Amino acid sequence: MSPEVAIPISYTWVLMLSAVLFAIGMIGVLLRRNGIAIFLSLEIMLNSANLAFVAFAMRFAADAETAAAALAGQLFVFFVIGVAAAEAAVGLALFIALHRLKESIDVDRVNILRW
Amino acid sequence: MVVQVVFFVAAALAVIFSLIAVAHRNPVINVLSLVLVFFAMATIFAVLGMDFLAAIQIIVYSGAILVLFLFVIMLLNIRKVERIGGGRPLQALLGAATAIGIGAALVLGASKLAPAGGAVLTGAERGTVVPIGRALLGSHLFAFEFISLLLVAAIIGAVYLARRESR
Amino acid sequence: MWDEVLVISIKLAVVLGVLLTTVPIMVWVERRGSALIQDRLGPNRVGPFGLLQPVVDAVKLITKENLIPSGVNTLLYVLAPAIALVVALSTFIAVPFAADSGLSLFGHKISGFIVAPDLNIGILYIFAIASLAVYSIVLAGWSSNNKYSLYGGIRASAQSISYELAMTISVVGVLMASSSLMLSDIIEHQTGTVFGLLPAWNVFPQLIGCITFIVAAFAETNRLPFDLPEAEAELVAGYHTEYSSMKFAAFFMSEYVHMTTSSALIVVLFFGGWTLPWVSLPGGWLGAFLSLGIFALKVAFFLWFFVWIRWTLPRFRFDQLMALGWKAMVPLSVLNFLWVGVGMALGWL
Repeated sequence: MSPEVAIPISYTWVLMLSAVLFAIGMIGVLLRRNGIAIFLSLEIMLNSANLAFVAFAMRFAADAETAAAALAGQLFVFFVIGVAAAEAAVGLALFIALHRLKESIDVDRVNILRW
Repeated sequence: MVVQVVFFVAAALAVIFSLIAVAHRNPVINVLSLVLVFFAMATIFAVLGMDFLAAIQIIVYSGAILVLFLFVIMLLNIRKVERIGGGRPLQALLGAATAIGIGAALVLGASKLAPAGGAVLTGAERGTVVPIGRALLGSHLFAFEFISLLLVAAIIGAVYLARRESR
Repeated sequence: MWDEVLVISIKLAVVLGVLLTTVPIMVWVERRGSALIQDRLGPNRVGPFGLLQPVVDAVKLITKENLIPSGVNTLLYVLAPAIALVVALSTFIAVPFAADSGLSLFGHKISGFIVAPDLNIGILYIFAIASLAVYSIVLAGWSSNNKYSLYGGIRASAQSISYELAMTISVVGVLMASSSLMLSDIIEHQTGTVFGLLPAWNVFPQLIGCITFIVAAFAETNRLPFDLPEAEAELVAGYHTEYSSMKFAAFFMSEYVHMTTSSALIVVLFFGGWTLPWVSLPGGWLGAFLSLGIFALKVAFFLWFFVWIRWTLPRFRFDQLMALGWKAMVPLSVLNFLWVGVGMALGWL
């Protein structure tokens, strides 16, 4: 699947898709009260960030002097995926502990430390 | 031409299913539509020539992280979650307006960039396994080792936080 | 470009046809083989030696009433067997099954007897698609509105993701030795002989990795001794308790197709694929058919091995199964890949 011909997709389209997914994820994070649903929307936002990295990796691969940045962009996506995995594991463990304590994962109920 | 059609179909699927993932009331349907979003994104990565990333996206995100989400949903027996916006119309409106505003700003900014399409990935920056492997264990060795440390810390944290209290 | 599409479609049709035909053959082999091992007769009423038994089974399954129990989540209930079958069939496209030496069909070039010839992430693709099989089990268990199904579903998915780890790590040794993820390169690395008499197959230097991979393949396909998720004596039928007729047939078919793909992977990764070390195959179509025959024989041996082990060994208890997966398989496979690394650094491998 490695292309030897030029890819007829502009990196700006990938960036726009990334922006749209970011907005959708943000709506989910801001509007939902259930912890798991907030987490899922957060994963969408992380993926939109990955798409942005990929878009710029495409852009930098076109010029000869910035070609190394293209590889760095792909590696960054790899690291973001790893960090997302770690964060999902710990976050879900937190929710399990919370559920055990309060019988609910509604984030509005997590307000004991409020001033 | 085929490449563009594939890209647009994948992009449309990603947007539609992420809307379902964010808005639906059944958490299992949310997770499944997210699987489809990640599949669409893996297709986009593959179309852009980044094969390794596409495979990693499916293995790690769809095959591991979302399975973890599904397990937790079943463990906590979450049947239906509340309607999006949940009875607080003013906050919902403000939140939606902020998100749409930021999204629109980003889309406008992206459209003002010069559309440098047709980026060819050849040589040392191809997205196949060998260049990425060389870079991971070569120039980015520190980040690679550090992320393995991060994952170990996450495992320990998750096991500790979710353990049953054995008094 | 359209002639490439045509060649790929023909290859895909052939591969799918062969995979789906293996299912009734395996049904017959399983039932007669189990009878042989258990010293009884097995099906012998329908056709000579019971050879038409799978046909009759298929007709029965198709004509049964298509039941959807009340209280199930209909979308997920119907989706689960579909995911199982699609995932099981999709993994085979990266497996090479015959030798190719620049053959062409009706003037169009066949670039390798493999449906996706230039997939440079070869085996990663197979692992990616195989990791999606967990969803069918989990969704079947969850949507069935039945506690036995839920137990079976959760057990099966926990088992599946645990052994996926051991399976992936045990393959890393093979990948290091072949310096490539493409299965055709892995087969090429295993041609020839070592010391003039032992075949250069990966099983000999990496025996631990091979054993770990075979055990993990048994666990991934939910075959005994790891079939607690569908244990007939304990969980009614595990995650497919509530399924009948064609949906059950879809799960059943997906299990046999998964078995076939696992056997094909074992053969390609550790036993030399379609090569035999002491003969060199003629080129052209004759060589292709001979290599296909060799590959089919090796895969058939491993399919028989799956059946043989099923009717010989008792079942693992679930905690024993998980302990084996995490505390034995993962360290062993890491040991294997350390050994390969040391061997390669010292120039032995």
